[in-house]
Amino acid sequence: MNAAAKPQAKGQAKTEAAAPERKPVLRVQDLSVHFSDHVGHLFSRTTRTLKAVEGISFELYGGETLGIVGESGSGKSTLARAILGLVKPRRGRVLWMGEDLVQLEEEEMRARRKDIQVVFQDPVASLNPRMTAGDIIAEPLRTFYPHMANLQVQERTRGMMKMVGLLPNQINRYPHEFSGGQCQRISIARSLVLNPKLIICDEPVSALDVSIQAQIVNLLRSLQKKLGLSLIFIAHDLSVVRHISDRILVMYMGRAMELAQRDDLYRKPLHPYTNALIKSVPIPDPDLAHAARRENWLTGDMPSPFNPPPGCVFHTRCPYAVNRCHADIPALRRLEHGDWAACHRAEGLDLSVGDG
Amino acid sequence: MAAEAQKVPAGKPPILRIKDLKVSFDTPDGEVHAVTGLDFELAHGETLAIVGESGSGKSQTAMAIMGLLAENGTASGAAIFDDQDLMQLSQDELNEVRGKEISMIFQDPMTALNPYLTIEKQMIEVIMHHQGLGREEARAHAVEMLRAVRIADPEERIHDYPHQYSGGMRQRVLIAMGLLCEPQLLIADEPTTALDVTVQAQIIHLIAELRQKSSMSIIIITHDLAVVADIADHIIVMYAGQMVERGTARDIFYRPQHPYTQGLLRSVPRLDRVGGTALQAIPGNPPNPVSVPAGCRFRDRCEFAQDACKEDPPLRETDDGRASRCVLEMDREVSR
Amino acid sequence: MQLPPKETLLAMAATETADDDPFAAALAQEPVRGRSLWSDAWHRLLKNRAAVTSGVIMIVMVLMVIFGPMLSEWSGDYTDWDHTAAPPSLETGHWFGTDAVGRDIFVRTLEGGRISLLVGVVATLVSLIIGVSYGAIAGYYGGSTDKLMMRIVDIIYALPFMFFVILLMVVFGRNILLIFVAIGAVNWLDMARIVRGQTLGLKNTEYVEAARACGVGHWAIIRRHIVPNLIGVVMVYVTLTIPQVILVESFLSFLGLGVQEPMSSWGALVNDGAQDMESAPWTLAFPAAFLTITLYCFNYIGDGMRDALDPKDKS
Repeated sequence: MNAAAKPQAKGQAKTEAAAPERKPVLRVQDLSVHFSDHVGHLFSRTTRTLKAVEGISFELYGGETLGIVGESGSGKSTLARAILGLVKPRRGRVLWMGEDLVQLEEEEMRARRKDIQVVFQDPVASLNPRMTAGDIIAEPLRTFYPHMANLQVQERTRGMMKMVGLLPNQINRYPHEFSGGQCQRISIARSLVLNPKLIICDEPVSALDVSIQAQIVNLLRSLQKKLGLSLIFIAHDLSVVRHISDRILVMYMGRAMELAQRDDLYRKPLHPYTNALIKSVPIPDPDLAHAARRENWLTGDMPSPFNPPPGCVFHTRCPYAVNRCHADIPALRRLEHGDWAACHRAEGLDLSVGDG
Repeated sequence: MAAEAQKVPAGKPPILRIKDLKVSFDTPDGEVHAVTGLDFELAHGETLAIVGESGSGKSQTAMAIMGLLAENGTASGAAIFDDQDLMQLSQDELNEVRGKEISMIFQDPMTALNPYLTIEKQMIEVIMHHQGLGREEARAHAVEMLRAVRIADPEERIHDYPHQYSGGMRQRVLIAMGLLCEPQLLIADEPTTALDVTVQAQIIHLIAELRQKSSMSIIIITHDLAVVADIADHIIVMYAGQMVERGTARDIFYRPQHPYTQGLLRSVPRLDRVGGTALQAIPGNPPNPVSVPAGCRFRDRCEFAQDACKEDPPLRETDDGRASRCVLEMDREVSR
Repeated sequence: MQLPPKETLLAMAATETADDDPFAAALAQEPVRGRSLWSDAWHRLLKNRAAVTSGVIMIVMVLMVIFGPMLSEWSGDYTDWDHTAAPPSLETGHWFGTDAVGRDIFVRTLEGGRISLLVGVVATLVSLIIGVSYGAIAGYYGGSTDKLMMRIVDIIYALPFMFFVILLMVVFGRNILLIFVAIGAVNWLDMARIVRGQTLGLKNTEYVEAARACGVGHWAIIRRHIVPNLIGVVMVYVTLTIPQVILVESFLSFLGLGVQEPMSSWGALVNDGAQDMESAPWTLAFPAAFLTITLYCFNYIGDGMRDALDPKDKS
């Protein structure tokens, strides 16, 4: 994983031009999270290890959005939880402003949480049903500023509600009185109330209706621009992330498959898995959809995560797999335009997407 | 494809006719009108998509047809299937129709399967109950169905329990179970919403294949227009309990008339087009179902709203089978 | 805490909604009152006829056992030699009749009800306090703490309950306090298991994760996020435990291990009445009826609360 450990050292010219700040705020280095699980009975116990995240490295710049995409079981949510310190990584570092969060004690970590906030997928489940919208949004404030005057907390809460497009007079309503999209706005308000520098959005729109998804994505984009936030935006497909990300990391079975500039990735994916993900997004056009049906789509199912295939983890489903893919694990390598891919055949394949 | 919709000999009566369907629920907030007067017909072999946001009444329509409404729900109107009104049948009679002539596939493939029984047991039970086949014949039939939905190695996998299957495989098993008794009508309620996008593509492909091979009619319910682009003959767009637009798939995608349909189409993120990265959202939220505003229900979110919208807009129907519930006569060619 | 300037906020609001009139309007408005899940549940409970009727009956019952004996001219331990084993009669003032030694059944039934209800409530409270704290701690901390604590529960569970109670009675003598302790000490096991299971589930909800990610401390999470979401289940369980405890006490009394004369409970009265069942059926009928009504009512209230707090069919 040496190649992956220091990816953006030179290849970042493009992002640097676009990003308002030069210095990475977050540096994830060779991060691995393993879960173990005991199977069998009392006398013949064996421990299975699930490598949920394996050797992931990336950097995130101030004001930048990194999209992380993968199917369920790709480890994308676990990666988010590891960055947030909600699960303990097995190895690797999470450097926040140069400080390794993994090494911090619980109390020290708690103080850093002001800067890194999270928005979860399920808009209803991520809000305590017994608390009012106002109390939910104010909870981080009350945690970090226990002596803040009630009036000031109220004012701040109403300000946040307005900022995310909620009517401030709804402050005393309960989550079940809001629609899914509005609940997600409450989550976003809660995540913004402490003026964080980074927000990790774990599939924030996957549970929403299509028409509401666009609202939330546009809200996040405009907030990011106004407040100079860095975002990590996790999604299970490549459709929505396109509209918010600067760079995109594609994960499969806990490993990084591709890490590329947004436009490069959609125009000319370097990894066959990225290509398959792009192809599987439905097209809202009967003729094009009908024509696309004949194209090759991803066959088969994801192998058991307890028993990942040797070599490239994607070779069992890859239409381009050759003998080498069955044996050697491809490293994440730097290719054209400073984009990265973990594929032995990346240079030889042309997976460009036409104009449709 | 629109042309395929007409593969049915003319003159044959529709397999399902819904007349003035109304569904309401008694809740602590008061009476919620989930569906307020829906009419449509479904021809033999036709695939109809019902599209709408959550709360539009699309799922409750299916539940009412199947007699599966929650306890606090009531339905009125008629659902004429094969000359009998499903709404008038007793639970026992409905049980006979369900599973045999009409099958339903639900959103969550895990909760729809019994975790304590093997796939074999669950499938064979259905066949033996409805078709009166022997155990061996039933098993052979089940294996054949699993193969039809592309489960690899079905002779072996049929002995597994649901948790040994992946999410996409479970949904395929459910489709196989739905097809066991060769129903005349398959109702799929958000069949791909809980699945990964790669698996969704597989399931859609599977439904497209089934549609070509059999004469079964399909109703597919979804919140995502893009999903049904390839498989729907006709599309009904619902909003706040009403049908706002109806037409062939090509009409809806290429010439949407209702501003809501147009908004839905614009909010679908597209990967087949280069550039243009801003998503166009429909502003606002669907109306509170307890106090639906008078007049056009989409008025508050509509960019074309005008004074005339304060009156209930009629559902304007044209000879070619299209309908739109909007005072404006719009016919917008969407750029392709 | 630095607030973003007002202009920024307004600019943002404007980008989000094309029309910021509703915002201006809303700012001037008083906050809308929210409808909590509790008030929803309460309204649903009020619609449940069986539960409401039972609740009313129980209120009457409690008032009767407290004040009822004062209405009668007789006291519970007075022996009326003129009317032994007398049938119910308005003239004598023995409204429910008397037993073989001439004691007034009306008064004795109500006084027995005091003990029965008291045992039910107190023993349930004991099991509530032990069970909820034990279960919540085991569930929230999880891991080996949880394993150890739950194994202890399993071990206590395995002891035969009746044997345990009878042993206590024999060693310490019959004592009303002991009954509270004995029943409570066994009943908390169920409560602990239920609460632990619920806590395990709640601990993994996204709102608890979100709170952890916001830096909220363990106790604040337990207080704000875990316990309020446990209360519903616990309340249902409590209402269903009270009749169970009353029944256990009755059973003990029926076996002659319960409260001692001159005190009485419904169980003890049923035991006495059963002996004179043929000659004086009223001595059995009235205490038995009160006991049965109480058990039914609590069960209906418990069922009603369960339905009210856990509406499966909310559209």
